Amino acid sequence: MPERPIRVLVAKPGLDSHDRGAKVLARALRDAGMEVIYTGLHRTPEEVVRAAVDEDVDVVCISLLSGAHPVLVPKVVRGLREAGLTETVVLLGGTIPDADIPDMLAAGVAGVFGPGSDIDRIVAFIREKVAEARAGAARA
Amino acid sequence: MAVTRPTDRDDAFVTLSGLPVKRVYGPEDLAGFDPERDLGEPGQYPFTRGIHETMYRGRLWTMRQFAGYGTAEETNARFKYLLEQGQTGLSCAFDFPTLLGWDSDSPRAEGEVGRLGVAVDTLADMERLFDGIPLDQVSTSFTINSSAQIILAMYLVVAEKQGVPWDKVRGTVQNDILKEYTAQKTYIYPPKPSLRIITDMFAFCSKHVPNFNTISISGYHIREAGATATQELAFTLADGFTYVEEGIRAGLDVDAFAPRLSFFFDVHNDFFEEIAKFRAARRIWAREMRERFGAKDPRSWKLRFHAQTAGVTLTAQQAENNIVRVALQALAAVLGGAQSLHTNSMDEALALPTEKAVRIALRTQQIIAHETGVTNTVDPLGGSYFVEALTNKLEEGAYEYFRRIDELGGMVAAIEKGFIQREIADASYRYQRAVAAGDVTIVGVNRFQIEEDTPIPLLRVDPELERKQIARLKEVKRTRDNRRVAETLRELKRVASSNENIMPAILECVRAYCTLQEMDDVLREVFGTYEEEAII
Repeated sequence: MPERPIRVLVAKPGLDSHDRGAKVLARALRDAGMEVIYTGLHRTPEEVVRAAVDEDVDVVCISLLSGAHPVLVPKVVRGLREAGLTETVVLLGGTIPDADIPDMLAAGVAGVFGPGSDIDRIVAFIREKVAEARAGAARA
Repeated sequence: MAVTRPTDRDDAFVTLSGLPVKRVYGPEDLAGFDPERDLGEPGQYPFTRGIHETMYRGRLWTMRQFAGYGTAEETNARFKYLLEQGQTGLSCAFDFPTLLGWDSDSPRAEGEVGRLGVAVDTLADMERLFDGIPLDQVSTSFTINSSAQIILAMYLVVAEKQGVPWDKVRGTVQNDILKEYTAQKTYIYPPKPSLRIITDMFAFCSKHVPNFNTISISGYHIREAGATATQELAFTLADGFTYVEEGIRAGLDVDAFAPRLSFFFDVHNDFFEEIAKFRAARRIWAREMRERFGAKDPRSWKLRFHAQTAGVTLTAQQAENNIVRVALQALAAVLGGAQSLHTNSMDEALALPTEKAVRIALRTQQIIAHETGVTNTVDPLGGSYFVEALTNKLEEGAYEYFRRIDELGGMVAAIEKGFIQREIADASYRYQRAVAAGDVTIVGVNRFQIEEDTPIPLLRVDPELERKQIARLKEVKRTRDNRRVAETLRELKRVASSNENIMPAILECVRAYCTLQEMDDVLREVFGTYEEEAII
């Protein structure tokens, strides 16, 4: 049985209106053979979680450049876990100071990719993490 | 050690926007070029060489660093610091809740209050923001669009309270809603009512606040969203033409409001292309204003612009390199004849700038102004075969876009059809692929990397500020005359639903200490809200 393609939600929670990075990432992941859903701008954390559930995604890529990540990222991750998406891989991109990365990882983010990140590296990272998550789910 | 050969000579010789660049330029590249028609004198139509006769010999550009974070106190302190350091104008950044019409105590604002700019909920915040700054002594630029009518009203009431007459109030509200739908994305209402609010402001200010720029037609955000130089030029001017058409349609005389239209451009890495872009912008605007819109006042023909170095070019890697990038971009803005300039700080790919970083950014401008000698003569690159050919090339590219936009039924239709958004997204993606493929070099990112970056100190916005701001808002709500609040909001609803000018009603709400969201909620109810179709 062929593996189903990796499904990714590119998410813009909160009021941050910078969408260049999110859109470039969405296209690049699509070019890499993934199925990509973009939430659009100005979504509440609840709306992001609902989209992740409805679209049955493997990965949620949160893009934030507004400095609201300390509040919004834990909300989204908690929401995903409470909705039963225990294996969903969460990535974070945007303007995230190095000093905040440990907190983001502790909140359940698998990887943080700031400005100038190499997209091929993000693609490889997603493939690796999704393979791990699927293997974990198969064993469970 | 192994010496790697430089691969520079494999470079494609194109501008950043993809225009081919020849080995050398000469007279044959300017066939049909008529200096009198295409350049004119500085300060004379078509203003290709600059809008003033003496340019920086007479007066330097305004050094205007964009600033704002936390509550009004933090930003007021930063304003005063910048003025002490020799800055010549203020520029205010608002946080996302303010930009999008939510108060600090709204659930939607959680985590965003004071993060990316200053939080403004009521007149009380604006009073504190300008505490000890006399409004007749300084000009202030506000990066505010959807709630520009409210922020402008607050500023005018602060002037009232300081005893400064409105004809002495100088500054700019960005107020360019069209580029919000395509690039910056801080829209609230749909295009039509948004344009009505803007023309109301044109009309009100031309009567009561004659020295205030009612709009700053912005290419900056279009460029930052990934557009090319040609797209930035074309879409910005096309937005400008749309505002002129709207003003005329609202029954205003073009010469009554056109002199208060100003522009805001990005200044990116490709040095000569950027200079050419500014020169082409002036020439196109002058021609269209005079020939197409029949403006008779020479002030209506002059494209005045603020420039900001390109935030998108700043790298998180080896952040100190950004100082050099910014210096070169700032030089291009000056050689392109900017009236006002913001230079980005080295740390802005990581956080809001620290005091030291913003000081270096300001010093960069001062060094260009006072040490390089480039201010001694007007348009020093005018007549360069290359720069003139490039200026023509950008102009042709812009007119090509104008034709396509006209075919789609104008700018609002082009936005509603997603044409502009798609053009920008395509260019943005092409560029990103070029970087990934190594066709575009970014020093320190895809070449000349180093293993370990020395971390630079970053500004931290204290999360406590959000609580402080909310407490303050509650205090205002507790102590104001709530009956007057209800009355003024009712009147605002009546006026918004009619075709009367909206500004007097907004001013009354502001004087009553209505909150930004209370006013925006009334307008949301009357006008509805805009939801974009997410195009990827």
